[in-house]
Amino acid sequence: MLTKDELIEIETRLNRKPNHTEKSVFDAMWSEHCSYKTSKSHLKRLYTNNRYVYSGPGENAGVISIGGTDRVAFKMESHNHPSYIEPFQGAATGVGGILRDIFTMGFRPIALTNNLFFGDPAFSDDSKRVMNGVIKGLTHYGNCVGVPTVSSKIQFNKRYEKNPLVNAMAVGHTRERIIGSVAKDLGRLLYVGAKTGRDGIGGAVMASDSFTDGVDLRPTVQVGDPYLEKLLIEACLELAETGHVIAAQDMGAAGLTSSATEIGIKGGSATFKGKCGIELNLDKVPLRETGMEAWEILLSESQERMLFVLHDWGIEEAKAIFDKWDLDCVEIGHLTEDGNFTVYKDGNVCCNFPLSALEYPELERPWTPRFEKEEVQSEYRFSTENILSQYDSEVQGNTIKGIRDDVAIVRIPRKDARGKDKHIAIYTDSFPYHSFVNPKNGAEFCISSIYDKLVYVGAKPIALTNCLNFGNPENPEIMFEFKETIDGMTRICEKLNFPIVSGNVSFYNETSGQNILPTPVFGAIGLMKY
Amino acid sequence: MYTVGVIIFPGSNCHAETVNFLNTYTGLRVNRIWHKDTNIKMHDMYIFPGGFSYGDYMRAGKLATFSPAVAEIEMHIRLYEKKALGICNGFQILCELDLLPGTLRQNENLQFICKPVTIYNENEDYKVPIAHGIGNYYHPHPELVNVAYRYYDNPNGSTNDIAGVYNHRGNVLGLMPHPERAFEHYHVSRHGYKILENFATK
Repeated sequence: MLTKDELIEIETRLNRKPNHTEKSVFDAMWSEHCSYKTSKSHLKRLYTNNRYVYSGPGENAGVISIGGTDRVAFKMESHNHPSYIEPFQGAATGVGGILRDIFTMGFRPIALTNNLFFGDPAFSDDSKRVMNGVIKGLTHYGNCVGVPTVSSKIQFNKRYEKNPLVNAMAVGHTRERIIGSVAKDLGRLLYVGAKTGRDGIGGAVMASDSFTDGVDLRPTVQVGDPYLEKLLIEACLELAETGHVIAAQDMGAAGLTSSATEIGIKGGSATFKGKCGIELNLDKVPLRETGMEAWEILLSESQERMLFVLHDWGIEEAKAIFDKWDLDCVEIGHLTEDGNFTVYKDGNVCCNFPLSALEYPELERPWTPRFEKEEVQSEYRFSTENILSQYDSEVQGNTIKGIRDDVAIVRIPRKDARGKDKHIAIYTDSFPYHSFVNPKNGAEFCISSIYDKLVYVGAKPIALTNCLNFGNPENPEIMFEFKETIDGMTRICEKLNFPIVSGNVSFYNETSGQNILPTPVFGAIGLMKY
Repeated sequence: MYTVGVIIFPGSNCHAETVNFLNTYTGLRVNRIWHKDTNIKMHDMYIFPGGFSYGDYMRAGKLATFSPAVAEIEMHIRLYEKKALGICNGFQILCELDLLPGTLRQNENLQFICKPVTIYNENEDYKVPIAHGIGNYYHPHPELVNVAYRYYDNPNGSTNDIAGVYNHRGNVLGLMPHPERAFEHYHVSRHGYKILENFATK
């Protein structure tokens, strides 16, 4: 929720009181989940570039070049909060969200991995419920969209009992032009995919707060449909090949609001006379329910929706492609040159302010070292065969080392110009116990051990993605853990020339004062030498 | 030239590797058939690939039976006795079309299973992977079924360990294991070719 100071800040920026719709937009966009307000200043320090990096943090996913015109995009994302409230749908939509980040950029998803953290199922029925639900959700969605899950790692500790962590990573490959998330030219906005409903409203705000007991948050969780996602993948990749796309965004956290404003907020180039602005007409948005208000449409997190910015001459061809795949597509607005975010509904203006007002000022939260050093290791051990066999790790036919191997190796689907195959190695890991005792050292040790693992199988380590899961950042001790982890990452990545090209931060993994262990999860890509 | 048509539905996952698999086998001409196509040229063999056609909504494989391409292909199979191979989801579609006897139910443990298994017919053993959630074959009179392959270690609880069945004329084969995942150097085996040959030369 917006604080009093933030409300005053909004009023001074707009020179008036915001109306209800505008207030909801600011509420979502200034949530921790969307604005990264706590972590932004720290993340700037990260080492993010070497000669393999094609585009680093800032896009939907990090992109690396692996020789020739072959590029690989990968990113890891958390879906922790929804997975506790509604394990099956929470985990399933987590996979859907990370896949959309990849194929939005024009990449075909070729592999999925996940890292899961639960409370001890031996001691608590609730943990068992969450674990079974999460695994069902991940397998259902991943198998159905036809992307192999090549690695799955599970760790247990009582600290994760009320805050399970679900981190999923997706890897994609392309040889075509990459589609950015920011508009570089004027164009028209095309809405594609599922209809907008009332599910997931306020999800971004929910994920930016701690849990309190006894509150039903289920309406804030989205509902996934893997079949629709599969159609979207095929249709979007077909559209990407036409070259008509200026920019594309998936509607994830904060739905239409965040995808539309992100297209515009950094948009602009020589072709723009002024600043990039956006005009939306909500009457055209396909709705699942009647009587939805403007703020509900703007903030709904219904899944499997995409927003494209297309050249005028590409609209007809795009509509033909989506018609072929039986997907809804509607033109809902266009880009302007006035730099404003303007939203119409029923002929009235319900939102009108400069896009630049949405940028959140950085926040420096205080931190203090922590001296608590209790023994936290979990003793729970079990055979994972029953879980691993539920993932389809061989679909697409390119899995060389799969889910039962330590390091996954995936073949790039198309041979290169010389008729040779390329292979990438994928490895993810996390050492929460080590990080708990010494956050800086833990992160360093984790990254260097990942580096080693890739080298052992004969791969050249190229780049990293991460998902930083922490407790409540308003607690200075948690902030200390976070700061130290970033310090460690920066140092080791620079030494190893192992850049971080994408990432995600999940704060507020706290329930009734109990925080999780500091859990930075890292995923790495290596290029096989043979 | 032996022509093979691979039918692609929205939600099919395994068509790409099926086409790859067929392309590596010499002497085949492979065509992709989109589910909305009409006036389809007659092929010697049709392959219904694995996946989740139409999201497995209503019942696995049921909605695929309504597509225009399938209506034409069904005629080629029934009247001209052209061959048809259904793999995984394709098996489910062929059962729903009544081209094969019996039906497929949810696995006995109610879970998706992806692992290599060994199947056998009267001549040989074959090592191939399975990957399905609804692969538990059921027939009330299993002794009447023209069984193609059986599992050694039944993973899904199917009647009489049945992994694949022929129709009575022998021109339609439904298979739960994936032969298109057993042909490259890094796969569990290269028995996929043998299974394809067994059927093509039958």
